[in-house]
Amino acid sequence: MDARLINEESFAAAGERMPAPVQSAWGAPVDVTVEDVVRVFGETPALHGVSLAIKSGELVALLGPSGSGKTTLLRILAGLDFPDAGRVMFGGDDAAGLTVQQRNVGFVFQSYALFRHMRVFDNIAFGLSVRPSVRRPAKDEIRRRVLELLKLVQLDGLDQRYPSQLSGGQRQRVALARALAIEPRILLLDEPFGALDAKVRRELRRWLREIHDQTGHTTVFVTHDQEEAIELADRIVVLNNGAIEQVGTPDEIYDNPASPFVASFIGESNALPVVAEHGHLLLDDRALDLTGQPGASGPKTLVFRPHHVDVLGTRPGGIAGSVISERRHGAVRRLEVEISASHYRIEVDVRADEPKSKKGDRISILPNRWWLFDDTGPALPQAAVKS
Amino acid sequence: MADAVVVAPPSRPLPRISATGEKRWVRRLLIAVAVVFLLSFIVLPLVTVFIEALRTGIGAYFAALSDRDTFAAIQLTLLIAVIAVPCNLVFGLAAAWAIAKFEFRGKGFLITLIDLPFSVSPVTSGLIYVLLFGAQGWFGPFLQAHNIQIIFALPGMVLATVFVTFPFVARELIPIMEEQGTREEEAAVSLGASGWRIFFRVTLPNVKWALLYGVLLCNARAMGEFGAVSVVSGHIRGKTNTMPLQIEILYNEYAYNAAFAVASLLALLALVTLAIKTFLEWRFAGEIAARTRRH
Repeated sequence: MDARLINEESFAAAGERMPAPVQSAWGAPVDVTVEDVVRVFGETPALHGVSLAIKSGELVALLGPSGSGKTTLLRILAGLDFPDAGRVMFGGDDAAGLTVQQRNVGFVFQSYALFRHMRVFDNIAFGLSVRPSVRRPAKDEIRRRVLELLKLVQLDGLDQRYPSQLSGGQRQRVALARALAIEPRILLLDEPFGALDAKVRRELRRWLREIHDQTGHTTVFVTHDQEEAIELADRIVVLNNGAIEQVGTPDEIYDNPASPFVASFIGESNALPVVAEHGHLLLDDRALDLTGQPGASGPKTLVFRPHHVDVLGTRPGGIAGSVISERRHGAVRRLEVEISASHYRIEVDVRADEPKSKKGDRISILPNRWWLFDDTGPALPQAAVKS
Repeated sequence: MADAVVVAPPSRPLPRISATGEKRWVRRLLIAVAVVFLLSFIVLPLVTVFIEALRTGIGAYFAALSDRDTFAAIQLTLLIAVIAVPCNLVFGLAAAWAIAKFEFRGKGFLITLIDLPFSVSPVTSGLIYVLLFGAQGWFGPFLQAHNIQIIFALPGMVLATVFVTFPFVARELIPIMEEQGTREEEAAVSLGASGWRIFFRVTLPNVKWALLYGVLLCNARAMGEFGAVSVVSGHIRGKTNTMPLQIEILYNEYAYNAAFAVASLLALLALVTLAIKTFLEWRFAGEIAARTRRH
C-alpha cells in the first residue's frame, strides 16, 4: 500500500467522526499568506514587513544566514510566536483568530524535541491522543495509524524504543512522523537536517522530498544551507536582516539574483565596485568592454560568478590583475586574482586543460554573464573585500 | 617497512597512571578519614538512639509510645506533614515552573527568596509568625475579634513548617526544569495539546523523579522540624506538641527511656525515607538515566 493511499484513508477515517463543516477544511492543504509581518524582540526587529504567499502543496525553503529572521517567521506561521504587526492568513482565515488546534500545523523542531519519557509509539500517537474526545480516534485506529507512519518513515519495529535509544537520523524521522500524525494542513520544519552528518543529511533530504511528493503537504522548511534549499525546494525565499531579498524557483534565484547578497549567498560570486558613466562601466577609471544598459550614471556593483568569465589574452577592456593562488576546484582550476589598480581580489575559474598559472602571472578576464546593482552597499561578498 | 615499527613489549606492567590519580597512601588516608567521621558522627549516634530506646525491653518501648500525650504528638506530626508537604509540592512546582520556563523581571530575586528559609534560623521564622498572628502581633486583634486561633494551634504550626520546608521541592526541580527548557512543551502545543494536558503528559512526567526526591526530603524535614514549630506551638501537652517537642519534654523530665523511644521512631522515619529513595534509584536506574541524565 503506498503512502498516498494511507493518507487518504486516514483523512476519511478522521472525517467519519467529524461534523460536516469542519471536515472540508480538516487536513486539506491550504494556501498560507503572510502580510507585512513585523516582529520586534526588545529593540531589535527580527522581521520588518515581510509578505509572502505560499501556495497549497508547495515545498518552500526559507533560506538565510543566522539572524535573518527565518526561524522567527516559521514560528509565527506555527503559532508559537506572534507578529507585532501584520497578519498571517490560513486560506481565508486570519490566523490570529485560530487556536493552535484549528491551525493544524505540523512542526518539526531543530532539536527534534521528542518527549523523552515516552516511547516512539507514544511520541507519534501524542497528537491524536490529546484530542478532545469527540475528535479523538479510537485506540485501535490510533495504533493502526502510528504503525503506518512508522512504516512511512522507515522505522518499523522501533515503536517501543525511547528517543535516547535512537540515532540522530532516526530521531529526526520520529519527529517528522509525530508531526504528520495530526494530518497537518501545513508542515513546518526548522533546520530539519542541521544536526546530522553530511551523509545522513543527503539521504534524509531526498527522502523528505519523496514524502512531500507522496503526501502533498504544503511544506515550509528553514535552512541556512543553500545547497539544501536548491536541491529540495520548489521555491526559495531568501531572507537577510529580517527582510525578504528574493522569492523564486532555484533557477530564478541562481540565474537572476535580485541583489549582491543573493548572488553571494546562493552560489559563489564576485562583486566589484564600478561606476556607470555615459553608457560605459568604469572599473578604476578604465572602461570595461561590457555591452549592456548600465542605466543611470553613478556607483554600481558589478556581480559575476567565477565560472562566467572569459580569459582575454591581450585584448584591452578586461579586468586585469595578477594571480595570487591557484587550486584545483572540481573540473576547473580556480584562480584568485588581485586587480592591479585597486587590490580587490576576485575568484575566476579557468579550464583545467589550460596551462597552469604561476603566482604573479598577469591575466585579464571579462565576465560573459553578469549583473549590475545600484550601489546600496549591503553585504558585499567575501571575494570583493579589499585586501 | 613492517619491521620498522617493532614495539618492545614492556618487561613489567606499567604503573596505572591517571591525570588525577593520587598516591596510594593519600587515597587510603582520605577514605579512612571519611569512614571514621561517618561512623563516629552519624552511625554511632543513630545506633545509640535505638539501643537506649530498647534498653528496658520491648514492652516498655511500646508502652512509652502508646502514652496518651506521645500518641497525640505522633498524630499531630503526621497531620502537619500531610498538610504541609502537599502545600509545598504545589508551591514548589509553581515556583520552579515560573523560574525555569519564563523570563520575567525579578527572577533572580525570586530565586534568592526561595532559598531564604534555608538561611534564616528556624527560631526566627517561628518568631515572624508570632509577630504577625500572636495576641500582640499585627493581625492579633483582628484574629481575636473573629475568634481565630493561629499561634499556639495547628494553623501556626503548619505555617511554620511550610515556611521551613519550602525550598526542598523547588530547589530539586529548578535545575532539571531549566535544563529541559520549553522545547517539549512547544512541541506539545504544536500537536494541539491543551495546557493541562501538556502539564500532566509532558512536564510532570519529565520531572517526576526530582519531584519525588523533593517531596521525600520535604517530608523528612517537616516531621523533624523543631525550632520554628517550637516557637509557635505553645507546648500544650496532648494538643500542640509534635514528636520533636514531645522528645524534648520527656528528656527534660528525665524520662530517658520514653524520649529515646520517640526519637527512635523519628530516626526510623528518616531511615525509611532514605531507603525508599535508594530503592527507587536502584529500581529505576536505567530509566532515570535515559530520561533525565541526572542523579
